[in-house]
Amino acid sequence: MRPVFPFTALVGQDEMRDALVLAAVEPRLSGVLIFGDRGTGKSTAVRALAALLPDMEAIAGCAYGCDPAEPAALCPACTANTRRAAVRVPVPVVDLPLGATEDRVVGALNLERALADGAKIFEPGLLARAHRGFLYIDEVNLLEDHIVDLLLDVAASGENVVEREGISLRHPARFVLIGSGNAEEGELRPQLLDRFGLCVEVQTPGDIPTRVEVVRRRDAFDRDAAAFCAAYAPAQAALRERILHARARLAQIQVGDDILSAAAELCLALGTDGLRGELTLLRAARAWAAFSDENEVSLAHLRRMSAPALRHRLRRDPLDDSLAGTRVARAVAEVLAA
Amino acid sequence: MSPFDPHWDAPTPLCDAVSAAVLVAIDPSLGGIVVRGWASPARATFVERLAGLHNDAPPRKIPLNIADDRLLGGLDLAATLQAGRPIQRAGILAEAQGSLALLAMAERLSPATAARLAIALDSGGVVFIALDEGIGPDEAPPTALLDRLAFTVHDLPDGAAIWPPASVVARARAALGGVSCPPEIIAQLCAASVALGVSTMRAEIFTCRAARAAAALRGASVVAEADAELAARLILAPRATQRPEPAPEAPPEPQTPPEAGPETQAQKLDDRLDDAHSVALPDHLLAALAGHAGPRRMARGGGSAGATHSLQRGRPIAARRGPLAGQARLSVLDTLRAAAPWQRLRGNPPGSGRIAVRAEDFHIKRFREQPRRLAIFTVDASGSSALNRLAEAKGAILRLLADCYVQRDEVALIAFRGDGAQVLLPPTHALARVRRALAALPGGGPTPLSQGIHAALTLALAARRTGRRPLLVLLTDGGANIGQNGKPGRATAGADALAAAQACAVADLPSLVVDIAPRRQPFVAELAARMRGRYLALPVADSARLSRAVQAQDYGASHGRAAR
Repeated sequence: MRPVFPFTALVGQDEMRDALVLAAVEPRLSGVLIFGDRGTGKSTAVRALAALLPDMEAIAGCAYGCDPAEPAALCPACTANTRRAAVRVPVPVVDLPLGATEDRVVGALNLERALADGAKIFEPGLLARAHRGFLYIDEVNLLEDHIVDLLLDVAASGENVVEREGISLRHPARFVLIGSGNAEEGELRPQLLDRFGLCVEVQTPGDIPTRVEVVRRRDAFDRDAAAFCAAYAPAQAALRERILHARARLAQIQVGDDILSAAAELCLALGTDGLRGELTLLRAARAWAAFSDENEVSLAHLRRMSAPALRHRLRRDPLDDSLAGTRVARAVAEVLAA
Repeated sequence: MSPFDPHWDAPTPLCDAVSAAVLVAIDPSLGGIVVRGWASPARATFVERLAGLHNDAPPRKIPLNIADDRLLGGLDLAATLQAGRPIQRAGILAEAQGSLALLAMAERLSPATAARLAIALDSGGVVFIALDEGIGPDEAPPTALLDRLAFTVHDLPDGAAIWPPASVVARARAALGGVSCPPEIIAQLCAASVALGVSTMRAEIFTCRAARAAAALRGASVVAEADAELAARLILAPRATQRPEPAPEAPPEPQTPPEAGPETQAQKLDDRLDDAHSVALPDHLLAALAGHAGPRRMARGGGSAGATHSLQRGRPIAARRGPLAGQARLSVLDTLRAAAPWQRLRGNPPGSGRIAVRAEDFHIKRFREQPRRLAIFTVDASGSSALNRLAEAKGAILRLLADCYVQRDEVALIAFRGDGAQVLLPPTHALARVRRALAALPGGGPTPLSQGIHAALTLALAARRTGRRPLLVLLTDGGANIGQNGKPGRATAGADALAAAQACAVADLPSLVVDIAPRRQPFVAELAARMRGRYLALPVADSARLSRAVQAQDYGASHGRAAR
């Protein structure tokens, strides 16, 4: 297996890196959308994140990687199985390529078994493989509509219901959706936009020192990947530890009433649709507080998370290309100034 | 040259195309080469020589319409049925590991296939040669692919070009790990890249790799300025979106002694880049720069939404009996169901646990695809129109765009004025770009109406070939005074415009003609009649009414099988 570029060796793009780390800390944020130019390290960052995360416990032999610690959310096979042995497996990061067929995504009849002995066996698809992990869609804005519909439904309900080819079954499919794309090449449907917890915008760094550093590190990695990864191993371990620590502390983070009302006020000022904006903003602020090793969500956390949590939820004129981020920043300055 | 020579000196500098080929052979992580140009003996020779540098295995060819199971591997259905046990087959990408893959007609590649190739490129191991036979800047391979292939080659070498021997390339490949790139050269490359407005960081990483490969070819262990220049000329210059500032500031240097060598060195590199840049840039790019638009190639919309009925994707509809050819996929259940009644006749004893399936049992899956719609706005931006109601026309278009957004239609924008028509925006979903293009659209000059209609027709026919349903919206005041041949003259211009309109009717293109003159123009009405389209006078500024008119217009009611 080819070595993966270490997450901690990425240069710049702080907002994107923070958002990915938060998605790892708090899976209920349900996804990160990365919009930006080509060649800004979007794919590199997502693949690096997978290599960074610690292995998870899963039931041995389960096609969906069910969590033994969560008996309520097991797949039918695991529920029936009384002797559930746990194994450690890497967190899955599954690529959903453009033009993937519905069969590949939701799963289909297992051809081999059907032809060889006429058995009706379900062959799990990409959604099953992504359970408890990450589903990565590059160029998400070019994804075909019928696949988008399917994803929306599964992402909302956390389970995949298959009713096709004589197969009728449901299995858990909870995953963190990570999408990347270039806004210049196509719009994303508002329903799908809303599904992503955080939205970040990345740009090609304009200053020469940053670009030099990017090329220098990539060059060092190209020349001797093993040595490069070894040099970053301590930093990788430290970040992994920090993520685990934050996950463990997440439930204990306090959110004061003043923070709740500030979040509500901010969303009201921005006119975001629905309550998902507030919920996500609070979840993100809490995860950020946990990651920063603090006990309570502060206004600073809220301020920091407001752009990624809200910029894609503004009710907008499709023709208005003024940056949503600036509108959020203005509202933050007004509402959260005190 | 003796085989014992530590390095190889080319008698004359290698030509650029050969350099690109050699550098990719030395460092496969450069991804590959886009060869732009039509089929020719020179191209065949080039590919052959290139393969010769990659341990002479013939390149694996990836056809345009390749199915997923051939590309990525999967169950070989025909063999499986014949043998009665599952037979797996490796995909082409797996077979091509460590050698070359050839993409013919890469400009027609679907974004879906390109996405799979991009994943393969990211994980490495295969070098791609994309044969791009596109015409004009808009017909190009998908950007996901272009961005990941380091080189684009336009001018192919003739038979007399000098190629380094394979042994030299192999030696350079082995030595590559030991070649280092000094930090000041990396700094210069990045400065040059910023000055040229290169928007992707991949380009810089590629440039650095290519420079190291060039040094390895020379047998050197440190990248020299000449290597960096070569790499920058091959990789950065074709990706430039702006000309560097005429008097560039001295790029930041780690240490800046006043009379030092590095600074002059850096300036030299920048100067040379500028020269190379003006040579290597294609004409359309410079033209586009004037309008402040980069050479951004449009991604074709997601998926090659083809006919209404598809064998590959879309919402499933009933399977039907048919041959398992091309991209058709077997509907196993229906196939087994069809085979079941015949088991005894076929001599299959009951309880054998096997089912005898024959080719005539095959049922294939069918899907229904929602065809994409494309609204082509063709705007008269001439002087007469500008005097009249260009601003209103723009407002009307904006109004229509909002509806297109709701319907998730694609939009293209063509303007005609002066001596020709110009496609301001190729088909796109990004409506914000249309708005920007419209805002920047000036009015003035004579009216080449027929050329505008022809440009729209060409675009519409191209869109139809990729499975979209085009609709033409023409906004004009009808004052045609430039003919198809570009010569002024009201009579010929009018006749040419009517002929062009007739061509639209022949092509069965649904159309809407909006008269933006202050008073109804009989000529515009006649134009609409010739197009067999709808005529709409815009007597008072009312973009809502125009918008309703487009909504009422049935996209391709006369075309396409399953209009909604």
